[in-house]
Amino acid sequence: MTKTLNNKAWFLVLPVFAIVAFSAVLPLMTVVNYSVQDTFGNNQFFWNGIGWFQELLDPSKELGGRFFEALWRTLLFSAIILAIEIPLGILVALSMPREGWTVALCLVLMALPLLIPWNVVGTIWQVFARGDIGLLGWVVNHLGIDYNYTGDALDAWATIIVMDVWHWTSLVALLCYAGLKSIPDAYYQAARIDGASRWAVFRTIQLPKMRRVLLIAVLLRFMDSFMIYTEPFVLTGGGPGNATTFLSIDLVKLALGQFDLGKAAALSLVYNLIILAICWVFYTVMTNVDADRERVEA
Amino acid sequence: MARITLDHLAHAYRPDPQGPQDYALKEINHVWSQGGAYALLGPSGCGKTTLLNIISGLVRPTRGRILFDDRDVTDLPTEARNIAQVFQFPVVYDTMTVRENLAFPLKNRGVPRERTASRVEEIARLLDLGRVLDRKASNLTADMKQKISLGRGLVRSDVSAILFDEPLTVIDPHLKWQLRSTLKEIHRALDITMIYVTHDQTEALTFADKVVVMHDGAVVQTGTPEELFERPAHTFVGHFIGSPGMNILPCRVDGATAYIGDEAVALSRAYRALPQSQRIELGIRPEFLRLQHKGAGLPVRLRRIDDIGRARIARVEMSGRPLTASVPDDITIEGDEAALAFDPHHVHIYADGHLVAGEAAGGQVR
Repeated sequence: MTKTLNNKAWFLVLPVFAIVAFSAVLPLMTVVNYSVQDTFGNNQFFWNGIGWFQELLDPSKELGGRFFEALWRTLLFSAIILAIEIPLGILVALSMPREGWTVALCLVLMALPLLIPWNVVGTIWQVFARGDIGLLGWVVNHLGIDYNYTGDALDAWATIIVMDVWHWTSLVALLCYAGLKSIPDAYYQAARIDGASRWAVFRTIQLPKMRRVLLIAVLLRFMDSFMIYTEPFVLTGGGPGNATTFLSIDLVKLALGQFDLGKAAALSLVYNLIILAICWVFYTVMTNVDADRERVEA
Repeated sequence: MARITLDHLAHAYRPDPQGPQDYALKEINHVWSQGGAYALLGPSGCGKTTLLNIISGLVRPTRGRILFDDRDVTDLPTEARNIAQVFQFPVVYDTMTVRENLAFPLKNRGVPRERTASRVEEIARLLDLGRVLDRKASNLTADMKQKISLGRGLVRSDVSAILFDEPLTVIDPHLKWQLRSTLKEIHRALDITMIYVTHDQTEALTFADKVVVMHDGAVVQTGTPEELFERPAHTFVGHFIGSPGMNILPCRVDGATAYIGDEAVALSRAYRALPQSQRIELGIRPEFLRLQHKGAGLPVRLRRIDDIGRARIARVEMSGRPLTASVPDDITIEGDEAALAFDPHHVHIYADGHLVAGEAAGGQVR
């Protein structure tokens, strides 16, 4: 195939370049600029080289210490979220009706949590889980369980996790449901003729057919939970103590609370790189699995 | 091994069927004898897949019973019947190898490992799948996958019938022949009842010893391919089978003569008591309708002559009604005026679409 060269094409691409430059590249470069300087009032900047990065990645320093604490906290949170929401989402998708008017009802009900603004979700749960006036908190306390998410780290974690499960499991379920719907009836009929048990049908038909949507669900849920900010910020504000201070909350504290723009910029860049790296790993895994199949096919 | 009997079977998809129009499958009485190769032939939506799913137990009939030998299986689920089914689109278990796919039905039924292994080898040899046994099933071509689906049915030693639901739809044309002859070989080798659903008459006629033609939820004729060709029991069969299909002409019958307009056509049988109220039609296949020079038969207008390879087919028109006829090798027609000669032995008379037997006329029996 020969390529046609046409320099006018640049005019068509130029607006995109301009928009991307102003919306992404320039702000990012500003952050890069901050990350290598120390800032003081009156817009005074002092060159600091890679000092902030060294401090950030050294756990023995104050900055590095709080960074790694927040990082492990965030990773743990993401792991718990995935471990709960993925199996639960599959389970919900499997038990959803396949046809009839209940399908539409189910879909609408499941989509509702996804449509609520994030800070509203945080507010809902903040009130809902309060021990004095919140329905959940009051009931749990009256069941004889000592529960106070503002005072106890474990309770705070439990509340945030339940809130996130409530908010996002339906996304996983809807994705899985779409995957399940795409399986032709003949597969189920063949499985019945082959005498397959319910578990065998799940293992040999449903799970393999859901594999692709599941990878997308895992990717989305990992990214979202790893970057979670609004809900825990509204619910616990990162507390009690630093118990629920995830990376994003820590970053905001650093940048807007302490106004340490240099440190915050360095942290944002590292945070960004971590997310990019994990995205890349996921992407490679996903495409490799597909490439494997094609290679065998050819 | 079993004889399958359909006893007053009918099925409606809506829960409260009122009249016959609500039935996807109208009442059927039929016996599939052990070891037969049957084809269920009919256009899309005629109820043949419904019938197949009732036999395999995926659909429970609204009325009637279904018997395997003398055992009533109407209420038995699919897995309790000795039935295998091959679907339109090949079904394989993606994550498994071909070997695991073939072993799957046996594994689910708790067959010992060594028995399973030897059985899988045997079936793989029969279906020529030996080379790919250890490859992933998902990466094979459609015809291979269809063989695997078939193999999963054959691997069970208790299977008494295999049902095929248009199994060649997604297969490349040049592989269709191959797969179909594999099916024939397996049928000969294993003495299994096979029921093959299709809307393709070539597939049905080449595969089956007996063809069941369905139309609009009802069986219109059951017979060998020859019977369907020579004596269609219904104008639908005449039209649906054969290419081109049978010519159907409205007519008036008086004894052993039919009148198409004012033209008389001699019949080999006499029809005396044809009901007045019914629509009377004459049917003749183009193979038995020969194009002649003007004046040598029923006058027609010649539109064109198609050469379809093994024969020449004339497209003609008689008072606005299109007909097809065969063109004898030695004839050439100038202009567009021609005539048609009828072979009286192959002219059939239909009343409201159904074949009327007639009486032998002049001692001639056919």
